[in-house]
Amino acid sequence: MTSPKSPGMNRRQALFSIGTAAAATGLATTGRAAELHGFPHETAMSADHLPVPAHRGGSFRILTDETDRATLKAAFDRLIPADDQGPSASEAGCLEFLDDQLSRPYGEGAALYLDGPMNREREAAIMGAAQVFATPRDRYAAGLPALEAYAQATDGAAFAALSPDRIDEILTGLEAGEIDLGDDVDGQAFFELMLQNAREGYLADPLYGGNRDMAGWKMIGFPGARYDFRPYIEKRGEELNLTPVSLIPND
Amino acid sequence: MANERPKADVVIVGLGWAGSVMAEELTRAGLNVVAIERGAWRDTSTDFPPAVDPDELRWHTRRELLQPMSVETTTFRNKTGQTAAPVRNWNAFQFGWNVGGAGTHWAGMSWRFLPWDFEVATQTAERYGEARLDSLMAEGLQLQDWGVTYEEMAPYYDRFERIAGTSGKAGNLNGERIKGGNVFEGPRERDYPTPELKDTNWMRMYRETTEGMGYNPFTIPAGNISQSYVNPLGVTMGPCTYCGFCDFHGCGNFSKSSPQACILPALMRRPNFTVLTETEVLHAVKHEDGKTVKGVQFVTRDGEEGFQPADVVCITAYQMDNVRLMLLSGIGEQYDPTTMKGTIGRNYSYQTCSSVTGFFSGAKMNPFIGGGALGVQIDDYNGDNFDHADLDFIGGAGIMGYSTNGRPIANMNGIRPGNKRWGSEWKEAYARDYQEVANIFCQGTSMPTRDAYLSLDPTYKDRHGQPLLRLTFDWNRNDKSMIDFATEKAIEIMKEAGGEDLMVDNQAEAAWNPYKQHSSHTIGGLVMGSDPSTSALNPYLQSWDCHNVFSVGASAFPNNGGYNPTLTVGALAVRAARAIHETYINNPGPLVEA
Repeated sequence: MTSPKSPGMNRRQALFSIGTAAAATGLATTGRAAELHGFPHETAMSADHLPVPAHRGGSFRILTDETDRATLKAAFDRLIPADDQGPSASEAGCLEFLDDQLSRPYGEGAALYLDGPMNREREAAIMGAAQVFATPRDRYAAGLPALEAYAQATDGAAFAALSPDRIDEILTGLEAGEIDLGDDVDGQAFFELMLQNAREGYLADPLYGGNRDMAGWKMIGFPGARYDFRPYIEKRGEELNLTPVSLIPND
Repeated sequence: MANERPKADVVIVGLGWAGSVMAEELTRAGLNVVAIERGAWRDTSTDFPPAVDPDELRWHTRRELLQPMSVETTTFRNKTGQTAAPVRNWNAFQFGWNVGGAGTHWAGMSWRFLPWDFEVATQTAERYGEARLDSLMAEGLQLQDWGVTYEEMAPYYDRFERIAGTSGKAGNLNGERIKGGNVFEGPRERDYPTPELKDTNWMRMYRETTEGMGYNPFTIPAGNISQSYVNPLGVTMGPCTYCGFCDFHGCGNFSKSSPQACILPALMRRPNFTVLTETEVLHAVKHEDGKTVKGVQFVTRDGEEGFQPADVVCITAYQMDNVRLMLLSGIGEQYDPTTMKGTIGRNYSYQTCSSVTGFFSGAKMNPFIGGGALGVQIDDYNGDNFDHADLDFIGGAGIMGYSTNGRPIANMNGIRPGNKRWGSEWKEAYARDYQEVANIFCQGTSMPTRDAYLSLDPTYKDRHGQPLLRLTFDWNRNDKSMIDFATEKAIEIMKEAGGEDLMVDNQAEAAWNPYKQHSSHTIGGLVMGSDPSTSALNPYLQSWDCHNVFSVGASAFPNNGGYNPTLTVGALAVRAARAIHETYINNPGPLVEA
């Protein structure tokens, strides 16, 4: 791998190479548990606060099962289909986005409190909705096969082979809590997880592998990672026609 | 004791706003101060510069600047008798997780509380009669004054505003009411350090609409400062750029008031200041007589325990943790809702809020032009600014039209009612409504009740095996009536402004739980007051039980105002620190006789 400080390397290249090195970083392990006296003079970015771009140019690392991936693509592309407003979820890179997110601390549920005792009914009653008892990675590992098994049982076909209308019908049933995906998967909660992640991928900075060509931002007119709107705040109510900007430098 | 550090004059537990303000005052007075902070060192240029900060997924959706629940969470139940459940996922409570604490990721709304907020019990009796107060108490409210008045707090508010560079326009200068400022605010002796922020499209519409209805709109005082500024510590801040990546994010422009932007550059250079980062205080350790503590026990990131001796211990962590640390240290007595004895955990309040969303066909709101504290508010229905003689509640709400952000993931459900959240229907709706939506927020008061309190959970533990804090809370009748009233006013304003297809979210209509995140302003549990039987701290934020323990945070508020808490926390920190170095250090003992 090229060193980030190699001569001739532009900021864009540097971003992707340091990202690879820092990709394994977990939650706030700065190596600076220390007694601090005086103002720290180090001006380099903290390693764990560097932007970490999505893994690129390789195979899927978490969503490795082809059937699972086909099921996910079929669901994602009905949650966000291709139409006049823009590309579908998979065309915008949302599968790659999700695979990358699941490879990170998010996928490991690093932030979640997962200690027992766990009591599905009692916790849901108090919190007003089903609680999270597993990591996002485990939830996809259980949810996608359950969705496929449901399609096989009800339609005798792969989920990915169902018609768009039939997939919409199943998604609608999941959303309403009317479809049972078995004891291990709360269908409604799994629908919400897929919907959240698909739309995240469509609307997050392209740095993370989705929102290709900033299609999600162009759809709504969000100008992205600009950082100064002082020239525009008093143009109240005007169409500003600002070209979106990503955290990935142009050059 | 193994791994015992050299003794400090003062140890600060938690280096957020309250801890930084106190450390600055105390080191300037010549005291030797050691701060212990659970999170890591974070600073503007090394951790959230402009090339890193505008990243919604990372900072807002994944909340990577906040303390994860796996480090410490709370448990929750609506009432005594239920078995509480742990709050497993991101929720209303936004614990800081770095040097700077929640003061790094906050939005920046910089309010002084109203004079009424400090004296709800006294002023309710004075204005509406003793019988009115008695009847509220009889239905379960636990109203009590703070033991400090607005007038006494004003100089400390002024000091904190100067440190923070707060932008705004005075509405009450020494009693003279000034149109365009908040005419309902308590008297201030001088204007804000920096002028008010500019209006977005929606703010201008909201301002003109409310003015036309006879209300008194003003720009919200903000810790997003409007021009460059040098504060009294010699630290330079820059102007807000309306970038729209503010709350949950750091600020890359040195324009959001924070310990990093306002205090640490001066504090860190003082030779009598030390901070231990990524080190967590487990509890304070009492002397044998139980009347004072000798220091705090801590554990480093690598699991090594140690002891920091000190003459004074200042507990300045997140509101929840201040209460929890007192309970884990055995200082004071746990509040019991059946006997109403004990003061630790008493008078917990959340905040009673609602929102009204409207849509404006063909509008260009340009919502991405935003700031955490960017908004226009009316206070005509806040606190006791309006006559409650014929109303069945006390308190009120600030009603604001705000422009905090246009972050695309956060706003993806901001579509006209009746539209699906997915499919081509969602895409079409979001493409249209992103520019056409506007929001009004009612941020209401909350009155404490006998049945809302904090205690240690008997079952669930944190990563060190210490009990989690358990919250017992639900809405009370008074606050529900208040927010119903305020919400109706907000609906009238939205309709008058021309908003259509209204969506109303009044969270007090059903039982509360921490995933209903209208507000992160959780308060009380370690409240100040002049009566040791109903307060944990005296009016100088000193423990009634151990006189060398002081605690500052929103945990000290006996009731919640219709405002964000930070400015009041900062002002209380100045007050407590001055009491320590002007009086306590020379003559250690209770500053107020019990």
